[in-house]
Amino acid sequence: MLRVVIRRLLQMVLTLWVLSVLMYVWLRNLPGGPVSALLGERATPERVAELERQLGYDQPIWVQYGRWLNRILHGDFGTSLRTGDPVLEELGRAFPATIELSFFALLFAVGLGIPLGYLAARYRGSLLDNAVVIGSLVGVAVPVFFLGYLLQESIAEGLAWLPPSGRQSVTINATHVTNFFILDGILTREWDASLDALKHIILPAITLGTIPLAVIVRITRASVLDVLNEDYVRTAEAKGLKARTIRGRHVLRNAMLPVVTAIGLQTGLLLAGAVLTERVFVWRGLGFLLAEGITERDYPRLQALILLSALVYVVVNLLVDLSYAIIDPRVRVR
Amino acid sequence: MKLAAVTAAITLVAAGCAESERGDGSSGEGQDTFIFGAAGAPDVFDPFYATDGETFRPARQIFETLITHEPGTANLAPGLAESWESNEDGTQWTFHLRDGVTFHDGTEFNAEAVCFNFDRWYNQPTAAGQAQAVYYADVFGGFAQNQGDYGESNYVSCEATDELTAVITLREFNGSFPAAFSLTSLSISSPTALQQYDADNVRQEGEAFIYPEYATSHPVGTGPYRFVEYDEAEGVIRLEAYEDYWGEPARTRNLIFQIIPDEAQRRQALDAGQIHGYDFPSPADYASLEEAGYNLMVREPFNILYLGINQAGNPALTDLRVRQAIAHAINREELVRTRLPEGAEVATQFIPDTVVGYADDVQTYEYDPDRARQLLAEAGYPNLTLRFHVPTEVTRPYMPNPQEIFETIAADLQEVGITIEQVSLPWNGGYIDAIRQTPDHDLHLLGWTGDFNDPVNFVGTFFGRPSNEFGINDANSAEMFAAIAAANSIVDAEEKEAAWQQVNRDLLSQWLPAIPISHSPPAIVVASNVSGLVPSPLTQEEFSTVVVE
Repeated sequence: MLRVVIRRLLQMVLTLWVLSVLMYVWLRNLPGGPVSALLGERATPERVAELERQLGYDQPIWVQYGRWLNRILHGDFGTSLRTGDPVLEELGRAFPATIELSFFALLFAVGLGIPLGYLAARYRGSLLDNAVVIGSLVGVAVPVFFLGYLLQESIAEGLAWLPPSGRQSVTINATHVTNFFILDGILTREWDASLDALKHIILPAITLGTIPLAVIVRITRASVLDVLNEDYVRTAEAKGLKARTIRGRHVLRNAMLPVVTAIGLQTGLLLAGAVLTERVFVWRGLGFLLAEGITERDYPRLQALILLSALVYVVVNLLVDLSYAIIDPRVRVR
Repeated sequence: MKLAAVTAAITLVAAGCAESERGDGSSGEGQDTFIFGAAGAPDVFDPFYATDGETFRPARQIFETLITHEPGTANLAPGLAESWESNEDGTQWTFHLRDGVTFHDGTEFNAEAVCFNFDRWYNQPTAAGQAQAVYYADVFGGFAQNQGDYGESNYVSCEATDELTAVITLREFNGSFPAAFSLTSLSISSPTALQQYDADNVRQEGEAFIYPEYATSHPVGTGPYRFVEYDEAEGVIRLEAYEDYWGEPARTRNLIFQIIPDEAQRRQALDAGQIHGYDFPSPADYASLEEAGYNLMVREPFNILYLGINQAGNPALTDLRVRQAIAHAINREELVRTRLPEGAEVATQFIPDTVVGYADDVQTYEYDPDRARQLLAEAGYPNLTLRFHVPTEVTRPYMPNPQEIFETIAADLQEVGITIEQVSLPWNGGYIDAIRQTPDHDLHLLGWTGDFNDPVNFVGTFFGRPSNEFGINDANSAEMFAAIAAANSIVDAEEKEAAWQQVNRDLLSQWLPAIPISHSPPAIVVASNVSGLVPSPLTQEEFSTVVVE
């Protein structure tokens, strides 16, 4: 077992190293650069050269890479060119925003998806079923940014029910403790701040949650239909069990297995959708940070963001593989 | 159930720990607050190390300069100095300072404070700090101890001859003075705060610059607003009226900048009442903004859009006749009428008519495709092919829609037999580098918004020295460089004006290193319940006069 762990760890290090090289070369070969992004019309060759010299961008790429790698190995993920803050600090601010948004998007998707899917299956062929099937098709197909703009235009601007963007009204002047704004309001008993943050999160959460919602509805419906046709359900009915008991204990429980798997997969995909949603709703999370970093060519920020995401991904994969090895002895032998 | 109970328990325990940091329990700031939608985050709060408008906008509310501008114009007006004069050769500038001014930290403003700032700029200790002091280096050339490729500093000394008189000595005069003393970068900071928060300690670390606390969280000036906080999680900058301000106190107590990068989102935030205004609305939105009842204020244009010509790009372009042919081929009247916002004007030269040295009698290039063809034929280039660089992913005040402007010009040029190869590059993705760093381009679109009212800020910046952008160098443009340098060194106002007028005439008739296209008026928009904002041609609005009803 130990050998497996060591082998896998070595593979992980190698993977990350190759990725870091590719990323570094790709970033440095993007046209333009942070210095001309910073100076705009004022970017005379002398100014650009001086700033690039200062930042070490005039060195050969392998020298720059070596220095960067050395710092990473010492736990220094660098400083954002844009804000002058350590990238880890920026991440600390943005991460709660993305988690908060993803949590509510998932809450929306699961909370609405499972009941809708179940009801559609139970009243198969009804008007409701048809509406759910068509609705979920549309839901899967609609582009995130389009839905975002649509909701902004109709609900925020047309009806003025909810704010169109941001995480909190600036005039609320809320105290921030954890940077989970809704939680912060509860912690500090600034109830109005919590409520305000809650209002701000509704539209982006719906936008981000729509695709998962549609997926969950479809899988729940299909799974419930499958289970309804199982022999044990017929047996239970024949035994004269109460309909509520059959639904709760036999149908829903068994139907949930594939749904839970789907929820897991969708959670992983949420982060990708968050990049667009955050941009549309000016939601200062990881996606916003990434998009801004690309526009401004903020090398240190992009390098850290990409490497850390890869690290998380690789570590999760490692844990999954190791758990297989524990469960299934055949994996160890290979 | 268990989970819910645990969560509730944690929440309750935590609720006991966290303290609200709100002052005196007030939550709403009501009409006492003006919220402006900014397009980007500021780089720093110390304007000395800044170059971009998003950084200067909050800085202008916090800081003041020795000389400022009459509201709504680019004309110089007393700022922290009530008056100023120079000696005959323009090398010694005496500033008579305003009495009774204090910095936000209570430090007294006086001649020593002024000299402390000038000495601080001159003595920038770090290479990183010097590299970031772009405006200072433009104006003064270099530092006490240059740590990079700078020239000899033009700054000699600052002397506090009495409590309220500061005398600044220069090595030699140039036309930037005294207007350069109005640059936001040269704002006067509190000496106490500069020392306390280690203001000069700008360092390079890893692949970025590290700024001292002064620049990130403790800027202290004399302006009508003082800095409160920059909440990066929310993207919000908070300022508050300074109670002991020497002049008219700010009419709105709280000033907030909310950073919303995308223009469509700024518009929505305005519609939803989240913000009270924003800068540079797209000209395509002017009509709908006015229809919706907003107060759209169009500034006087203080910028220039030009068609850059690179003489090193294509041998044909070294021939003046070819450049003149290009000028005659472009229907600028039509371009301005159809592609640029209302109020835009055809540019006859490279400075707006409000700038000293504007000449009414420069050679103009009327739209005349026949003349253009004829000139091309005479020069021997009837079938010319030119690469035309166009920026994407950008709007500038002088160039709201680069692609449309390109299409119009390209069509005009094709009309006279010039084949155009379009090269599109993102503004931040290589455009600037391509036209500034390499000789590999023929035509391009670029422009400039003036920093201060002097022709050297326009003409000197473009054509005063060798440049890859235009392919001008000492071999082909020595005469032009010499004429600009000469005009820039004249102290006497009348002589100076005459010299610059001649430079502008020669630029158009003899040298034609580029083709002036237009001056476009950038706009600023505020909600209908906002009054008192005076738009500035330099885009240097002061928000202390703003009232939200």
